[in-house]
Amino acid sequence: MTFEKDINIDATELRLGLPGTSEESERQASTTLRISNKRALPSVADEKQCDQETAPPTKAQVVGWPPIRSYRKNNLQTKKTEVETSGMYVKVSMDGAPYLRKVDLKIYKGYPEVLKALEDMFKFKVGKYSEREGYNGSEFVPTYEDKDGDWMLVGDVPWEMFVNSCKRLRIMKGSEARGLGCVV
Amino acid sequence: MSEDDERQQSPPSDLEFVSNKARNCNATGSGSGHPEFQSAYPDQVLENVLENVLHFLTSKRDRNAASLVCKSWYRVEALTRSELFIGNCYAVSPARATARFTRVRALQLKGKPRFADFNLMPPDWGAHFNPWALAMAKAYPWLEKVHLKRMTVTDDDLATLAELLLGFKELVLVCCDGFGTSGLAIFVNKCRQLKVLDLIESEVSDDETDWISCFPEGESQLESLIFDCVECHINFEALERLVANSPSLKKLRLNRYVSIGQLYRLMIRAPQLTHLGTGSFSPSEIAGQGDQEPDYVNAFAACKSLVCLSGFREIIPDYLPAIYPVCANLTSLNFSYANITAEQLKPIISKCHKLQVFWVLDSICDEGLQAVAATCKELRELRVFPVDPREDGDGPVSEVGLQAISEGCRKLQSILYFCQRMTNAAVIAMSKNCPDLVVFRLCIMGRHRADPVTGEPMDDGFGAIVMNCKKLTRLAVSGLLTDKAFDYIGQHGKLVRTLSVAFAGDSDMGLKYVLEGCPQLQKLEIRDSPFGDAALRSGLHHYYNMRFLWMSSCRLTPNGCQEIARAMPRLVVEVIRSADEEEMDDAVEILYMYRSLEGPRTDLPKFVTIL
Repeated sequence: MTFEKDINIDATELRLGLPGTSEESERQASTTLRISNKRALPSVADEKQCDQETAPPTKAQVVGWPPIRSYRKNNLQTKKTEVETSGMYVKVSMDGAPYLRKVDLKIYKGYPEVLKALEDMFKFKVGKYSEREGYNGSEFVPTYEDKDGDWMLVGDVPWEMFVNSCKRLRIMKGSEARGLGCVV
Repeated sequence: MSEDDERQQSPPSDLEFVSNKARNCNATGSGSGHPEFQSAYPDQVLENVLENVLHFLTSKRDRNAASLVCKSWYRVEALTRSELFIGNCYAVSPARATARFTRVRALQLKGKPRFADFNLMPPDWGAHFNPWALAMAKAYPWLEKVHLKRMTVTDDDLATLAELLLGFKELVLVCCDGFGTSGLAIFVNKCRQLKVLDLIESEVSDDETDWISCFPEGESQLESLIFDCVECHINFEALERLVANSPSLKKLRLNRYVSIGQLYRLMIRAPQLTHLGTGSFSPSEIAGQGDQEPDYVNAFAACKSLVCLSGFREIIPDYLPAIYPVCANLTSLNFSYANITAEQLKPIISKCHKLQVFWVLDSICDEGLQAVAATCKELRELRVFPVDPREDGDGPVSEVGLQAISEGCRKLQSILYFCQRMTNAAVIAMSKNCPDLVVFRLCIMGRHRADPVTGEPMDDGFGAIVMNCKKLTRLAVSGLLTDKAFDYIGQHGKLVRTLSVAFAGDSDMGLKYVLEGCPQLQKLEIRDSPFGDAALRSGLHHYYNMRFLWMSSCRLTPNGCQEIARAMPRLVVEVIRSADEEEMDDAVEILYMYRSLEGPRTDLPKFVTIL
């Protein structure tokens, strides 16, 4: 992948270690830090989550309310957590970024949401999508590798099909992106 | 399905002062049931006749009435009562019960109050079956049936039942706990005549004992095996053998560890089933994708007597079409563990013309309920449970669904409906469209939530229910409610026997209206409502007629409760604290009081004080 060429670029903004420390540990450390920062503001537009962090006590769940037996709650919850932990995490790379990220496709309901999430994560903007022309107006193009190993443009297939076939995401930049038929 | 079944209640056998005195004066007692030869001849004939006649009396209410006629009737009724129902295990002791009733074949006992289900009470409060088990084993060696609800049953108790009761046939445990698979193993092994083993919403600990293999070999008389709440793997081969050896098996409810492939194998061995709980209704992980899928449709089609379907614990909706062949005959369908959409429900429900009981998750949304209303004209009971049981969760069902049901299902008798929003208009509509309602339980999950359209409290909605539904005996209220709602209930809810209140009311008047206005009230459970000692006092005239009163997080003080305890010697007044709290002098966290012939119980945990 092209980003591998960028590993040694000094202009990594997230350098935490002192000069001389290994790239590996730096990356891990900064990744951890970023993750902990980022997870507090998930890309799913979620005012609720923000509320939960600063919420007044009344938002906390009251004991025994609503009146559902724990047996029933547990039965539904085991299913929920099973789904949550399995998730559908795919790697996301962006040309020019030093390291990969991961997103859980299961938490999004459609393309606009996941694209917004990627935009927030990597600080870029996608262009406008059209079936004929792909993404218009930006040098960044979201692509994904499907089950067959082919690189596809994000947005071409129905959402469900995308979620089930996407193996990894890559935000292409510049000249390479043009190869997929978009107009810059 | 027996989650909080509505039961015919009346002053049950746990408290009868007149009879009690009669018994004390009656020196001969009822011994082993032989006629008393010291009576004069004509009296003897009368008693024999009476005995024969009373054998036909089955209703508890009728029997209680009969026992009050005179000493003679009391004695004979006691001899002929074969089914003993005790609504509160602490209202009467095993000794007293076995002394009065000597020929009991079936025992039904209820223990903890219902609010204990919602973790409002610390565990180990009581309701131990053990003293009853021992007493039964001694007094009724011929005992055949035991039906327990919200009791703590130990493995030893199960062993007692199995070993000492030779003809034991039927065990039903609803919302019980305290035992495990090793207890079950002993029980099923020793009970050679077992016909019914129903474990319903009970907590069974996994002792890693293969209890299914412990059923005796050879032909079994098993008619009902319900174990959908047992959260552990079972030996499927042993189960398959058991089902194959049980030609009388009519009811089988599997747990979620049984895959759909295994279900198939059982179904083809038991096409005579009338009640089926499908287990997980999804393939096991081991099954390869290339494996030939069995013909599930055929298996269901072969079950021509199937009327009650439940399970679907880990449903893969793709398999739902398999049940099409049985839909037309179904009278009861429980989808309350199946997270399915309206679209997935529609093809099924549109075939269920005979459906009378339907339990479902709100994942079907208002649209799904509309589909139910369009087809299920015979619906008697509907329960809609929330997928997301939180106060501020998504609300896929609303007044729209309730309105639709009220218009489509005119014969509705019982409803339990969880939602995030509800309007007075919809509730009023239901009160008018469904005059046969006996049970109305509405749970608006957001506390103190007003009618979102008018901004008004929900008083008028519930008021309409008690006014228009003349047969109503059970009511659960929610949403923003003022004292006015309780005024309506007191004025019009003349048949109400069970009332559940949470986060409602403004003042003592609320509770007063109910205690003064509802003569049939037997079970009152209240939480987090502003009712205090004065309100409590207003029920003094009625507490002996009630099975229990529960009040938690209200405005009661120890003095107020003490006053009640002093005024009513036959009432047991329990003050319960959260286990980790120290004694608080000025507030009563939980009050649980009930009539009893026995006085304070002897098995009190540390966090309970009896005033």
